[in-house]
Amino acid sequence: MREIDTRGLSCPEPVLKFHQALAESPEPFDVLVDNEVSRENVTRAAQKKGFAVTVKNEANGVSRLELRK
Amino acid sequence: MKDVSLTSLGEIFVKKNFFATTAGILVVGAIIGLCAILLQKFGNPANMGICVACFERDIAGALGFHRAAVVQYLRPEILGFVLGSLLASIVFREFKPRGGSAPMVRFVLGIIAAIGALVFLGCPWRTILRLAGGDGNALFGFAGLAVGVFIGTLFLKRGYSLGRSETQSTFSASLFPLLIFALLLLFLVFPQIPGQTQSGPLFYSAKGPGSMHAPFWLSLGIGLLVGALAQRSRFCTMGALRDLFLFRYMHLFLGIASLFVVAFGLNLALGNVHFGFAGQPVAHTDSLWNFCGMVTAGLAFALAGGCPGRQLFMAGEGDTDAALFAIGMLVGAAIAHNFGTASSGAGIGPHGIHATVIGFIVCLAIGFAHCKRA
Repeated sequence: MREIDTRGLSCPEPVLKFHQALAESPEPFDVLVDNEVSRENVTRAAQKKGFAVTVKNEANGVSRLELRK
Repeated sequence: MKDVSLTSLGEIFVKKNFFATTAGILVVGAIIGLCAILLQKFGNPANMGICVACFERDIAGALGFHRAAVVQYLRPEILGFVLGSLLASIVFREFKPRGGSAPMVRFVLGIIAAIGALVFLGCPWRTILRLAGGDGNALFGFAGLAVGVFIGTLFLKRGYSLGRSETQSTFSASLFPLLIFALLLLFLVFPQIPGQTQSGPLFYSAKGPGSMHAPFWLSLGIGLLVGALAQRSRFCTMGALRDLFLFRYMHLFLGIASLFVVAFGLNLALGNVHFGFAGQPVAHTDSLWNFCGMVTAGLAFALAGGCPGRQLFMAGEGDTDAALFAIGMLVGAAIAHNFGTASSGAGIGPHGIHATVIGFIVCLAIGFAHCKRA
């Protein structure tokens, strides 16, 4: 599964990386975020593009957003 | 971060951050608009209920970093923004010590942003408030802001990034909020003495915009409230334009639209809308440099990832890079008055043009130096 790592990045980079990944391929992918703002922004962006977003908590405050159609 | 499976009421409120929703940011924008007009009504300068650039300039003056006698006052609003954001981030478990993403660059961007904004005489928040007061000169400022942010988005599309931040110590991340708290204590220990322009080490304007201020507790209280709400809602006036240009997203823009509508409506009700260009409060009519000053400032905000308010709120939640930008703005404000780059009601300063142009060129250099793609 493709994984986009946005840890340590502040807006708008996580959403930019989401759009870049989407432009490369419409296949589902995961996005790693490490803060609430990124989680909100990427979730909002993904839902606008028709993805269902599932949040899975991982270690050290990192969450994996699973974007699926 | 919160696990989506938690269902207790408190956790749902925490997990579903209302203020980060569309309704939430509309509410926050409206409250900020209301608070700004309240502050104006109770003593802040006209069309300057809240201005992060102007207020940081006033703080620089209070601390003696510059000696422009008409703009010296330790604005409690700024202190409240940081501390309100700090409190909200602690309560909602979002205080996150971080930093290390090109700190020196961010410090310089802060300097440039303040210098550019003080050519126009307003940060984006004040731009909106000036528009809400009928100040036509703010049209040029807003246009400049939009152009500057737009140029920033061109860099972002080319892969501009200042790099990843890393976790810092809680101690390190607490230093800026502690500094702000220390300023608050300083204010309380050395309050303004009627008829005197100094109290202990602090300067207090007897005339001019620095002498116009709402009562301390109102300013601080509103600052705390706005700081908390802005932290929860991620309110950002630069991001509002940036997201519109980059992604055609309206979310943040709705916040500033709400701010404008409420501020304009209240101004109308209070008879405080005066359409025109000449004679506007704490403003000048040099349209070209109102525009260009904000192009420089807007580009600096975009490259630094947040408007001046947002940088304060992020600093309150542990972002040391944002704290450095804020301190940069303080330094830039001092430079603006010491080096004659700041404008006044009479027009631009003797070196306003030089500073705006140099600042813009430095921003371009920062932009190109940090793009990943050709």
